[in-house]
Amino acid sequence: MEWASQLCENRGLGSKMTDSKYFTTTKKGEIFELKAELNSDKKEKKKEAVKKVIASMTVGKDVSALFPDVVNCMQTDNLELKKLVYLYLMNYAKSQPDMAIMAVNTFVKDCEDPNPLIRALAVRTMGCIRVDKITEYLCEPLRKCLKDEDPYVRKTAAVCVAKLHDINAQLVEDQGFLDTLKDLISDSNPMVVANAVAALSEIAESHPNSNLLDLNPQTINKLLTALNECTEWGQIFILDCLANYMPRDDRESQSICERVTPRLSHANSAVVLSAVKVLMKFMEMLPKDLDYYGTLLKKLAPPLVTLLSAEPELQYVALRNINLIVQKRPEILKHEMKVFFVKYNDPIYVKLEKLDIMIRLASQANIAQVLAELKEYATEVDVDFVRKAVRAIGRCAIKVEQSAERCVSTLLDLIQTKVNYVVQEAIVVIKDIFRKYPNKYESVIATLCENLDSLDEPEARAAMIWIVGEYAERIDNADELLESFLEGFHDESTQVQLQLLTAIVKLFLKKPTETQELVQQVLSLATQDSDNPDLRDRGYIYWRLLSTDPVAAKEVVLAEKPLISEETDLIEPTLLEELICHIGTLASVYHKPPSAFVEGSRGVQHKRIPARAGSGESAESSDVGQSGPSEAPPAVIPSQGDLLGDLLNLDLAPPTATVPSVQPSMQMGAMDLLGGGLDSLMGDESDTLGGDIGGSPSMGAGLGVAPAAMPTALGIAPAVGGGLGDLFDLGGGVGMPTGSYVAPKTVWLPAMKAKGLEISGTFARRGGIIQMDLTLTNKAMSVMTDFAIQFNRNSFGLAPAGPLQVLTPLSPNQTIDVSLPLSTSGPVMKMEPLNNLQVAVKNNIDVFYFSCQYPLSLIFVEDGKMERQVFLATWKDIPNDNEAQFQIKDIHLNSDAASNKLQGSNIFTIAKRTVEGQDMLYQSVKLTNGIWVLAEMRIQTGNPNYTEMELSIKCRAPEVCQFVFLCYELVLKN
Amino acid sequence: MIHSLFLVNASGDIFLEKHWKSVVSRSVCDYFFEALERATEPENVPPVIPTPHHFLINVLRHRIYFVAVIQSEVPPLFVIEFLHRVVDTFQDYFGVCSEAAIKDNVVVVYELLEEMLDNGFPLATESNILKELIKPPTILRTVVNTITGSTNVGEQLPTGQLSVVPWRRTGVKYTNNEAYFDVVEEIDAIIDKSGSTITAEIQGVIDACVKLTGMPDLTLSFMNPRLLDDVSFHPCVRFKRWEAERILSFIPPDGNFRLLSYHVSSQNLVAIPVYVKHNISFREGSSQGRFELTLGPKQTMGKAVESVLVSSQLPRGVLNANLSPSQGTYTFDPVTKLLSWDVGKINPQKLPSLKGSVSLQTGASKPDENPTINIQFKIQQLAISGLKVNRLDMYGEKYKPFKGIKYMTKAGKFQVRT
Repeated sequence: MEWASQLCENRGLGSKMTDSKYFTTTKKGEIFELKAELNSDKKEKKKEAVKKVIASMTVGKDVSALFPDVVNCMQTDNLELKKLVYLYLMNYAKSQPDMAIMAVNTFVKDCEDPNPLIRALAVRTMGCIRVDKITEYLCEPLRKCLKDEDPYVRKTAAVCVAKLHDINAQLVEDQGFLDTLKDLISDSNPMVVANAVAALSEIAESHPNSNLLDLNPQTINKLLTALNECTEWGQIFILDCLANYMPRDDRESQSICERVTPRLSHANSAVVLSAVKVLMKFMEMLPKDLDYYGTLLKKLAPPLVTLLSAEPELQYVALRNINLIVQKRPEILKHEMKVFFVKYNDPIYVKLEKLDIMIRLASQANIAQVLAELKEYATEVDVDFVRKAVRAIGRCAIKVEQSAERCVSTLLDLIQTKVNYVVQEAIVVIKDIFRKYPNKYESVIATLCENLDSLDEPEARAAMIWIVGEYAERIDNADELLESFLEGFHDESTQVQLQLLTAIVKLFLKKPTETQELVQQVLSLATQDSDNPDLRDRGYIYWRLLSTDPVAAKEVVLAEKPLISEETDLIEPTLLEELICHIGTLASVYHKPPSAFVEGSRGVQHKRIPARAGSGESAESSDVGQSGPSEAPPAVIPSQGDLLGDLLNLDLAPPTATVPSVQPSMQMGAMDLLGGGLDSLMGDESDTLGGDIGGSPSMGAGLGVAPAAMPTALGIAPAVGGGLGDLFDLGGGVGMPTGSYVAPKTVWLPAMKAKGLEISGTFARRGGIIQMDLTLTNKAMSVMTDFAIQFNRNSFGLAPAGPLQVLTPLSPNQTIDVSLPLSTSGPVMKMEPLNNLQVAVKNNIDVFYFSCQYPLSLIFVEDGKMERQVFLATWKDIPNDNEAQFQIKDIHLNSDAASNKLQGSNIFTIAKRTVEGQDMLYQSVKLTNGIWVLAEMRIQTGNPNYTEMELSIKCRAPEVCQFVFLCYELVLKN
Repeated sequence: MIHSLFLVNASGDIFLEKHWKSVVSRSVCDYFFEALERATEPENVPPVIPTPHHFLINVLRHRIYFVAVIQSEVPPLFVIEFLHRVVDTFQDYFGVCSEAAIKDNVVVVYELLEEMLDNGFPLATESNILKELIKPPTILRTVVNTITGSTNVGEQLPTGQLSVVPWRRTGVKYTNNEAYFDVVEEIDAIIDKSGSTITAEIQGVIDACVKLTGMPDLTLSFMNPRLLDDVSFHPCVRFKRWEAERILSFIPPDGNFRLLSYHVSSQNLVAIPVYVKHNISFREGSSQGRFELTLGPKQTMGKAVESVLVSSQLPRGVLNANLSPSQGTYTFDPVTKLLSWDVGKINPQKLPSLKGSVSLQTGASKPDENPTINIQFKIQQLAISGLKVNRLDMYGEKYKPFKGIKYMTKAGKFQVRT
């Protein structure tokens, strides 16, 4: 179902065409003219016509209408014409399978031609015609070609097996082609061996456990021999295949390494990197005291350095891989720091990678150079790069203790430049330096304080506040400084608010006499005037701690902080091992295991570095541990949240008069709503590119991040505050469901866009089952068969729950109605607009794409009626910013009729009350992904002419509100 | 393997597409266009772009983006190297690799692409082999073809395709047998404010043009082979012989090819041939800044430094420059803030200089960034690393070839910080 994979990219189909003297727009007349020329008696004219057809094809024009005429030109002894026809065939055979059969005879005949070039060309082209029917005819010629006397034909045939496998895997197995292919690994010609390996590797990718590439010392020997003699591309295939082999012992490992090493001098960078992969993997097995091991380490550096003098694209890929290599074996490149120095006109993607590696290689020996460079970079033009350079200085300070002082003074110099973003970035990293080296550099605090006013980024503000709080006893005017932040407390971001709260509490604990007022102020701001549960919770905890046991408070708040680790963004060792086995691949560029992103790798084997044989297992593991600082278990900062979680579990009575209106456990239930649901809605996988380097050890918001031990009390509302219920009129008139509203079908895919297939449709939810009702009309002249459907990822994971059931062929002018059941368990990707659905429909002619929008009520679930108390708590808990107001006009319904109608679409009325002639309906909706939407609807009673309703919708995911409103409107108006 | 290739021109139009497996809709390039829009400069487009179902790997050459579409796990370098080969082949066939040239020869381009890749596997990428399969277009051949009705497509299996020397065809004949080697070295360097070298390295290549009859077997030896400890060879070079004797022994391809490239990074071996004295200063509160540049030769082994071109990206706040060069011409583009000075040859007796003032935009504060100065130059008859060819011998054929060796040093990325 390859076609479906194109679906996603098919947004908009906005094809841009260029004009050129060759390509005037396709008019009817032009096709007609070409047709005549193709059928001309004159050979020259024919050839010119085919060339024109090919030219149109290159720019993506549809010239499939000429299929029979072009195929007629195939029977020729003119090789160029034949090749051109073949080019055409490969492109269009799929859309004209019946006609493609016409070509089979010529192929079969050509496979017997005395000229090996023609035999190879025929078998190669035949394999490219992705039509099932042709494959049967292909088997015999292919079998012959695999055993052809000419190696050129054999190597072409080897690739053809992979092509055929892609079309019809079963056929290839049944016909025994896989065994023939395996035999070709022992072929006398190195090119044939290389192609056989490439074909087998590709096939093996779809059969992870097939053991197709059964590597043993004999085959390895053959591969190594072929390695020296085949083309550069063949060398890549063979090296990648070798990398999967597990040598039996260190001697075999060494002999393979010795025979692979010359590849490091190859001009083709892909060969070099594949060789590096093999060596990196196999050297793991070598005893470290072996002379050869040291030699090998030395040999690895120059080729890696050479890659960096290549074009920027190659550099980028090389740098991503070097990043892995220096984490695994820093000793290889430890003397090569300078090649990573940034040139000012390097593309930005190269600059950022180089910077990352510079920090990884930074050591006491080279830190002076590195710092001088980083300082230089901090004056560059590109803001992202400058920021990263400043952060890098901080990371150096943390990594190389001896350099910390110099780093701090460099940072101070940078702060003197007064360039706003440099100053802010510097303050953020100085905070980390303070964490790492407590009580060492406070002398700089005065300078930092001078820049207080220029800080406008939350991270920098939070860092500065942390510093003031942490060193409150040494800053005379700490209270003034913090107070100045407090003025705009509500406008600050959460990060800053939390930090400010903690800092003031610290200040209070250190200087209790002067700051009582201040601490009162911040506690009440945090607990009473804030909607943020994190902030409120933290405020209460401090409040209780301070009021019950100030000594304990001191111990908790001013506790000694655990050290931050020196390397914050090391790749986790097992992942690193796996990635080392994938050097040179996409996985190594993205620093993610292949299983994480490569589609079509149906089941990826996790590759492992071989363990060293011979030595005892325990010795082996410690060996690995010594190979570099990277393996040292990084000192992890225990999440301070854990501490808080424990505190929360203590059953403490509310300390002061300010009783929270809802009990904590209930709030948590509400908070949990936002957990999974929102994540999946926001889930955005686009940011896969580029490892983030900016990792300063985050400690800022450590406190008060939602504790891990959050009770998942969803829906089980504790019986709280009976008085609250009085708000609701218990007799909320809710009638029986009347069934959901189904919109009339609209045309989604007009016939002219889909070669005669018209699709119109609508969506419905019937008894909890989502259905897509489709009407397919054949407006073309020929019969349509083989229908299938697929969806692109979408916001709520809609996916067909079964195949598209069009059992009989659709003859011209025939119309058929189908109902396709849908599930919501498909892959999720946020769409724009949220309810957009991109669909691919396939038939025997082609694949067509369209997008449509579904009413959000499609994913309102039947159990969406919320308990009242939960409703009230949740309503309060959702920040007012998330509330959206709407008006619905021209509605002639009373409130009961309205709620009846809405219930049909799973919008449930929980309660109703009447205030001053207005009916207020409280309603809840739950989406399939667990998101709750709450609504308040106000309807004027008693006045049948008054036709306006007001609607307030609240949801944790505010982008949903608009679509929920549209559902209201749709349901109420129909 | 490689699924499809799209060629995109500078204005963002797809002007050619080729599919080696099933057809991938060109709308896949929308993701590329998004990345292109985000990039501040054309060359800042990330080389690997993920899309939901494919990966796009692109290179920018001759103002054309070559965008390859892949679907499964494929080594990105493999794809990039292949794209380079495509670019080289176009250049080889059409003289230039430009949108116009590609469009004019669209059928040959298509035939070539088909020959270079089969089902995503590289098939024939050696220019020698390709030229036997598909003859490069020449005006003469086009005329002859129209008269005689013969074709551009070779009818026979290329001889080199499967031999142990796939890079060379058999039956090569020349009346004048000649072999020329160019040793070209580029210096990449970063020089700091005070004039001391931060990094310097040499990227060297030996490019050859060999037109010899038959199957000649050549050996090339160096006076000082120890210089070459980091080398990449053309596949024709016998690696074992190099390892053992430090001699290049090979059967050369026919025509132009790169015999080897090498890298000299050891600092003491890299001479810096020019120096720059600079004084670019702005005063706080003044809208005028001073600008002075003087160039001079440093370690040139007595050779002349020629074709000198100085360029520098001045700070954004600079409005205009009013300078006078002692020789050559200078231009300043007030939009891009690019200053370039075409110096020509450096005369050690009378050092070239560029002096004057630069004006800042009114109200602009003193610029934070320090401009970097980029220098290009050429030195004929000198390999700055000191590499020297000792002798070239030919075995296997009887005639006496004409031999020639040329040396040249150029600036690569030669940057001076201020």
